[in-house]
Amino acid sequence: MVDFGGWDMPVQYTGIIAEHNAVRRAAGLFDVSHMGEIEIRGPEAQVLADFVTTNSVAKLKCGQIQYSGVLYEHGGFVDDVLVHKVSDTHLFLCVNASNQEKDFEHIRAANRWNAEVELASERYAQLAIQGPHAVATLQKLTPVDLSAIRYYWFVDGEVAGTEVRITRTGYTGEDGFEIYIAPSEAPRMWEQVMAAGAGFGIQPCGLGARNTLRIEAKMALYGHEIHASITPFEADLDWIVKMDKGDFLGRAALERQRANGVSRTLAGFEMKGRGIARDGYEVFLDGSPAGWVTSGGPSPTLNKNIGLCYLPAGRAAIGERIDVLIRGQLAEAVTVPTPFYKRAK
Amino acid sequence: MSMYPEQLRYTKEHEWVSLEGGVGTVGITDHAQQELGDIVFVELPKPGTLVGQGKTLGSVESVKAVSDIYAPVSGEVVEVNEALAEAPEKINEDPHGEAWLVRIRLTAPAEMDGLLSAADYEAYVAAEK
Repeated sequence: MVDFGGWDMPVQYTGIIAEHNAVRRAAGLFDVSHMGEIEIRGPEAQVLADFVTTNSVAKLKCGQIQYSGVLYEHGGFVDDVLVHKVSDTHLFLCVNASNQEKDFEHIRAANRWNAEVELASERYAQLAIQGPHAVATLQKLTPVDLSAIRYYWFVDGEVAGTEVRITRTGYTGEDGFEIYIAPSEAPRMWEQVMAAGAGFGIQPCGLGARNTLRIEAKMALYGHEIHASITPFEADLDWIVKMDKGDFLGRAALERQRANGVSRTLAGFEMKGRGIARDGYEVFLDGSPAGWVTSGGPSPTLNKNIGLCYLPAGRAAIGERIDVLIRGQLAEAVTVPTPFYKRAK
Repeated sequence: MSMYPEQLRYTKEHEWVSLEGGVGTVGITDHAQQELGDIVFVELPKPGTLVGQGKTLGSVESVKAVSDIYAPVSGEVVEVNEALAEAPEKINEDPHGEAWLVRIRLTAPAEMDGLLSAADYEAYVAAEK
């Protein structure tokens, strides 16, 4: 067990590689109750949400979800979040555990409207069911037609006799669902999902597999690919910024960066030898320090050692030869297309 | 019965050594492999390398982390377990047996006296938890 933002969480149950492969080939169940939830309500809820996030809340339909950034004035990330539109007057945000108080204060400070902002994390536990057999597993427990829920949409309905929020989202690169549930009901739900998935080879999965899965899918992790000194344009997340939507926190800084161009950009790489690049290792170009690794490790799916790093803009094209300083020695790597893994549709 | 073989000697850095005819066979303990999880890469010195007690002997990497291995005794590396290059996961499967790492010809056999017995190592690991 490790301490993760004040939560005791297992890095692994049986082994990272076995859990990782279960999610790619069958199904995995994650307890992600540490994730935070913030609710914004009232007639001006959408106006506030649009002002504190980079993506377009106004374009969301009821029951739809969007990945978005919450930025400081200077354009760096406060957090990355999922915005769920429950109704015209109610938005539900899933935020990172370690950022939740900071997010809450940030949104509240920006609330010059009359919206109600609530840090609601204590009311929600969260389970993630991920993998090719996630639909079949969860369908055994609910009358809700899961096949009708599209990617990045949600419904509120009954699972195993309990009212929950079922979202077709995940942090693994596989199909699957995340379930928001009352904490008192979560242990029973865990048992029910494990039992429903037994015939499909479901495995309980920890933080270790969650990390290797999301790296393969090139999904950002706060504190690694994104943080207070990184903007969405640097993090290859231009698609979550809607410059045509009106004013939002961080907009002016992003406009300046767009005009001047970014100085660094996120790139994926593959080690050529057997060395393993880890978070924080230095990256060299032509023998000189030029960037740093944000996440790295063995890829169980590809059976290669992969990673993400920041490189000077203009030197991050695919096929760029780089070196990673691994424990005092330069090890050869090459930039490659991302995501490293994309599931067959 | 202890899970740590009686005939081995142990270090607080979670290596073990087994002495036979002046040559010590060295590995990492079952506790170490459990803490590391799935091992994917081992870096070991070449035969002929001189190592000092407590100095870095190599490294072992799991999916989640990299960890140094320290020489439990001083001497010359005389043999390296080549099978681990292709099958590092053997360390997870049989850490006290088949997945030994190197053999060292001891230059200071008295160092063995300073290492932990199986019972002492087990008590040390239990206290660490």
